[in-house]
Amino acid sequence: MDIQVKILRYNPEKDSEPYYQDFHVKGVSDDWRLLDVLHEIKWNYDSSLTFRRSCAHGICGSDGMKVNGRNRLACALLLKYINTKKPIVIEPLPALPIIKDLVVDMSSFFNKYEVIKPYLITNTPPPSDSERLQSNEDAEKLFESAKCILCACCTTSCPSTWTNENYLGPAAMLKAYRFINDTRDDGADERLDILDTPDGIWRCHTIFNCIEACPKEINITWHLSQLKKRISSREM
Amino acid sequence: MIKKFDVVIVGAGGAGLRAAVEIPKEYSCAVISKVFPTRSHTGTAQGGVCAALSNMEEDSWENHAFDTVKGSDYLGDQDSIEVMCKDAIRAIMELEHMGMPFSRNEDGKIAQRQFGGHTKPADMNDPYGKRVSVKRACYSADRTGHVMLQTLYENTVKNQVTFFSEYFVTELLVEDGVCKGVVAFDIATSEQHIFQAKAVLIATGGYGRVFRITSNSHAGTGDGMALVYKAGLPLEDMEFFQFHPTGLWKLGILVSEAARGEGGILKNKDGERFMIRYAPTVMDLAPRDMVSRAIITEIREGRGIRGSDGTDYVLLDLTHLGKEVIDDKLPEITGFARTYLGVEPTTDPIPIQPTAHYAMGGIPTNVNCEVLMNENGDIVKGLYAAGECACVSVHGGNRLGTNSLLDLVVFGRRGGKAIHEFLKTASFGDLNEHAGRETNETIKKLMDSKGGEKISTIRTELQNSMMEDCGVFRTDEGLRKMISKLKELKERFKNIAVQDKSRVFNTDLVEALELDNLLLNAEATVYGAYARHESRGAHTREDFPKRDDQNWMKHTFAFRKADQDPELKFKPVVVTRFQPMERKY
Repeated sequence: MDIQVKILRYNPEKDSEPYYQDFHVKGVSDDWRLLDVLHEIKWNYDSSLTFRRSCAHGICGSDGMKVNGRNRLACALLLKYINTKKPIVIEPLPALPIIKDLVVDMSSFFNKYEVIKPYLITNTPPPSDSERLQSNEDAEKLFESAKCILCACCTTSCPSTWTNENYLGPAAMLKAYRFINDTRDDGADERLDILDTPDGIWRCHTIFNCIEACPKEINITWHLSQLKKRISSREM
Repeated sequence: MIKKFDVVIVGAGGAGLRAAVEIPKEYSCAVISKVFPTRSHTGTAQGGVCAALSNMEEDSWENHAFDTVKGSDYLGDQDSIEVMCKDAIRAIMELEHMGMPFSRNEDGKIAQRQFGGHTKPADMNDPYGKRVSVKRACYSADRTGHVMLQTLYENTVKNQVTFFSEYFVTELLVEDGVCKGVVAFDIATSEQHIFQAKAVLIATGGYGRVFRITSNSHAGTGDGMALVYKAGLPLEDMEFFQFHPTGLWKLGILVSEAARGEGGILKNKDGERFMIRYAPTVMDLAPRDMVSRAIITEIREGRGIRGSDGTDYVLLDLTHLGKEVIDDKLPEITGFARTYLGVEPTTDPIPIQPTAHYAMGGIPTNVNCEVLMNENGDIVKGLYAAGECACVSVHGGNRLGTNSLLDLVVFGRRGGKAIHEFLKTASFGDLNEHAGRETNETIKKLMDSKGGEKISTIRTELQNSMMEDCGVFRTDEGLRKMISKLKELKERFKNIAVQDKSRVFNTDLVEALELDNLLLNAEATVYGAYARHESRGAHTREDFPKRDDQNWMKHTFAFRKADQDPELKFKPVVVTRFQPMERKY
């Protein structure tokens, strides 16, 4: 089948502002990934089209972008799940500066990730020749949050991010959850202090955009609500 | 612009990050990667990382070493294998201490499961008698690589490691057997930099993208191997490329061996569990080379299922495992089956076919990750390699599942340690005044070219031909055809044009450079395969169906010769405690 694709293009060397370009892409099939369509365009129509991608199956987190108004991973979205009767509108992730076409500057996103101290903090040395013990039940409590691939689909879908560029955002706070709830970790208090600030967790207004955007189907809002409870009970 | 660092690490997957963690803070260290670190291919590993922890049942590092040697079809260097299997236990504990989340057993220790080729003697008093599968693979559901990569990256954040992400390395500065740094450009701006260094560690992963069907990321173009090969240094055992038996049909996306470790069964179109005929003792948990050959043989003999794309597949049946096991232990891969093929693994079998997965060969190193400049074992001063891009050689002719993640952390750390030792006395070498000129010229030529060849066309032809003529089964005729195809493609590559003339984030240029690297890696692979007149591990010659220990217990070293065929030299395999025997499972 043939489809119409409308892509937001921007090359800072020659464009004063982004513009939409239409592509009529021939011979696609509904089991194609949207990433396959982008490759088809890049390899056979216009090789200047620029986007990030690597693993092509939803693990590396490179190809987050806005598709028909919703943040998605291009490699985890099949055409059969998109209305192809109308042009597919593809734009870069919102709320981050565009470098070129669908490539955005992720540095502020990763700076926020670093703020919450995304590593195990311990007060005692580990056992010399064995693992720290942890029940499987406790381990599995982390798995959902540890699934995060740092694609930024959630953080850039959040209206609180749009209105406050300093807001930590769901991805960083989900990472905080992953460590705060790790029975091996002793850094909960210092991370909760970071979350309990004006640009922290209270700017989450449970809008649920993050859940809709997450390609790994993580219930991010639930995790953030647990963190809110933890901070509240700490204050009590 | 010249930047000076004591150490430059090229590649930010498992091996590169582990090495970076090892460099003490008093030394300056830069990690250069063409993708942001957490985008690296290590993250796609699923099933596990092995060590004889004995958390589920009794096991020993010697069992692990024996399996690795046998799995390698006796091409692995046994001194390196002993180092890796002994160190495995410490390495897993270290990952746990670093914060890696693992699935746990009832005692709260790291859980372990079965994996292909990992066995122990059925009777401990008869170490070389009948063997049975053993639970040796440590895991975190089926996201082991993902959480390992995240954990290692987290530890580099903690250690405040300096990263140059989305920089593409184009040139290795090696003169008179001494490495002095690398040349790279910033993809975002096209600005070129010389990274002068006392030590360089290459950890750039594999080159599965040389094949049409592959589990490898698009980034898997073997850039580090090609850098070394271009610098006149050898590549080792490149003819040994592993096809993973269970790639998702059409797409090649990996379906972890953990699926079979948890009890999944391969079936042909008659519903027969065909592995019983190929590996009667361990069946579906035979090593990957054997299972891939079995699948292709079933297909060739008419017992495959013809897909809508004209290719054939067989079935991986998980339905008898029950929804709970599937959802708890294999959530990611079953998600792939649902998303990409619309198959519900709890009720229907998954269509699979072999997919190009792992390079056993690569940059030759000794056990301290020092890069070898020749088959005599002489080293290049200041140059190191670790992980899939390196060939130490612990995987020999065929890698066992879960040994790759282990390789990364064991040798990534050893590389870091060796560099630390080296830095105590090392100094910066003098840079050649022409350093960086080659990169300038290459890029200028690609950007200015008015040639009519398209990058994607040449790449597709290469990938199709490699799949056809240098894949699971190889013949003299096919390899000759591949050699002449490669010559044609290299000639045509001279006429490619980068159409994107922009200096900002030019991925068209990156793809052109990557294609050049793929062609170089293909060359070393094909010539090695053509010369090796035997079948061993993943290298199967239909015209030489037997392993030939008399003539071929040796590693291939391929040296590039500009505008000529590469020169092949050989290095004997290191045998310590395990004498070669027939490889039956």
